[in-house]
Amino acid sequence: MHLGLDEPVRECQYNPICTRNSSSMETSGHKKKRTPRRKWQIFPGRNRFYCNGRVMMARQTGVFYLTLVLIMVTSGLFFAFDCPFLASNLTPAIPVIGGVLFVFVLGMLFRASFSDPGVLPRATPDEAADLERQIDAANGPSGPGYRPPPRTREVVVNGQTVKLKYCFTCKIFRPPRASHCSLCDNCVERFDHHCPWVGNCVGKRNYRFFYLFILSLSFLTIFIFAFVITHVILRSNRTGFLSALKDSPASVLEVLVCFFSVWSIMGLSGFHTYLISSNQTTNEDIKGSWSTKRAKDNYNPYSYGNILTNCCAALCGPLPPSLIDRRGLIQSDTPQPVSHSNGSSMYNSTQLHTHMAATTPLLHSDPVMMGGEGPTLPGKSSLGGPCASLAPSQPSLPSSMPGLGCAGDMLTLRDPDTHCHHHHFVSPEETPSPGPMPLTLPCPAHMTHGGHMNPAQLYDPASQDSLHEDSVRGLVKLSSV
Amino acid sequence: MATEFHNLQELRHSASLANKVFLQRDYSEGTTCRFQTKFPSELESRIERPLFEDTVKRLNIYYAEAEKMGGQSYLEGCLACATAYLIFLCMETRYEKVLKKIGGYIQEQNEKIYAPRGLLITDPIERGMRVIEISIYEDRGSSGSCSGSSSTSGSSAR
Repeated sequence: MHLGLDEPVRECQYNPICTRNSSSMETSGHKKKRTPRRKWQIFPGRNRFYCNGRVMMARQTGVFYLTLVLIMVTSGLFFAFDCPFLASNLTPAIPVIGGVLFVFVLGMLFRASFSDPGVLPRATPDEAADLERQIDAANGPSGPGYRPPPRTREVVVNGQTVKLKYCFTCKIFRPPRASHCSLCDNCVERFDHHCPWVGNCVGKRNYRFFYLFILSLSFLTIFIFAFVITHVILRSNRTGFLSALKDSPASVLEVLVCFFSVWSIMGLSGFHTYLISSNQTTNEDIKGSWSTKRAKDNYNPYSYGNILTNCCAALCGPLPPSLIDRRGLIQSDTPQPVSHSNGSSMYNSTQLHTHMAATTPLLHSDPVMMGGEGPTLPGKSSLGGPCASLAPSQPSLPSSMPGLGCAGDMLTLRDPDTHCHHHHFVSPEETPSPGPMPLTLPCPAHMTHGGHMNPAQLYDPASQDSLHEDSVRGLVKLSSV
Repeated sequence: MATEFHNLQELRHSASLANKVFLQRDYSEGTTCRFQTKFPSELESRIERPLFEDTVKRLNIYYAEAEKMGGQSYLEGCLACATAYLIFLCMETRYEKVLKKIGGYIQEQNEKIYAPRGLLITDPIERGMRVIEISIYEDRGSSGSCSGSSSTSGSSAR
């Protein structure tokens, strides 16, 4: 194939790679004994999934249920006890407006709680290895006892220098404004904070829902508060204050709940309105990243300059799709042929070691090396969520352990209709049983560039340990070629 | 294309993955999706620079189109909010439509340009929009390592 270039071009002929997915051969015979698993079942973060992957929440959902109960009970009491009086004595528009507000509040709450906040999937082993190489090349060789310096990369965003930090858990350089939530153990894009009331992180994809939730909730709280007071006053004009309270005891409870919650909710709405208009995240505001107190010429590189554009961008801008394919089916890989290239032979042995190690229970423990930092939450906001920053407890290994953080990938092109991807996550909950283990270990997808092995047969995830051992032996033999 | 498409299984035996190149994101204009157009050295002998840069620039244009904030996206956002986002049960967001277009474009590029040169582009959405992954394949029939070397006597595997 002569390309007409000055550079020497090899004369190897290439068989073109088939870019159409040949699905039947790959998946036949693999899934006879078990139903196809979905990717959410092996998701490496500490999230909970419901409705077969459609709903995604944080692990601790107790406070979310409290939020739900408070809203529903207060609104329910309002509709049951106060609305009949108000509808008949004032106007029936009151329960209608109240109803609309209530439905909107719940809708936004569910949307904020159940959707993916913008989780960044963890790096594939190839990417991680590539990054490691780049970092090692940049830092230079270090002695055995020497702790490598924290990994950062500087980029210039719209004229401002921003430091990108390396996340040891996810094995990526976090994009600007992304942060690692230690509660959910995920890197989240445009991370705002982890909200226990909503039971989820608040990030790029659900920030507008969160904001609309607190805004509409403050309207609802004020609405209920005002009309319950009105109701009590109107009643006590007729029958006296004490008997009015006796006639509608629920009003007392409603007033109490609304009174104590309106301050924090309104405060929060105001705070987030300010954040939206200046296009900052809670994280950035607390740290004062763009404050002029830090440096005279400090400015927010993400702001569009005027308040209206910032608001429109945050609330009405395009909604990016989820990057983690929760409901995609896990497909087993086709075997990858051995590579003879010498540039990547260093990956052969290391990958093999990591794969042998992948069988050990060590990888099944919770990831101790959480190198990211969550935002430090302010005392002023009523959002709990202690996202303390944790220092990495161990430096990541070269061509690091794929077990917890990697996604093996098929070399086939994705058919746009079916997501044929194979993820090899070993979730912390999974015990090392013979079932899932063969899936993780010798899957050829883990053999990154250079380490590609070719078990002679197609890989069968339902195989027993003996077959699993066979393929491992086969891999060892082939890698020594 | 002078060659027919083989079954993927067969091709695995004739082509082997040699290396993967990753094009990182370009954050110089903010957090919008853009990829660096720097030509990686590993691809120097495999593909012409203008072709490669054209592909990446085209992808950047598509992503910019997906994330563009203009009248249409605002309208879509307001309409969605008014319907409590239920409208997305029936229709796709603009972003998703553009992503499908990108998927089609990458497939077309692979078929026409990259696969004949033994390269394969992976759609960035499958890598969390972090990188454009380009897989470099070698023909198994050729002896020893081909990457980066001058022309060897290539034994065609055909």
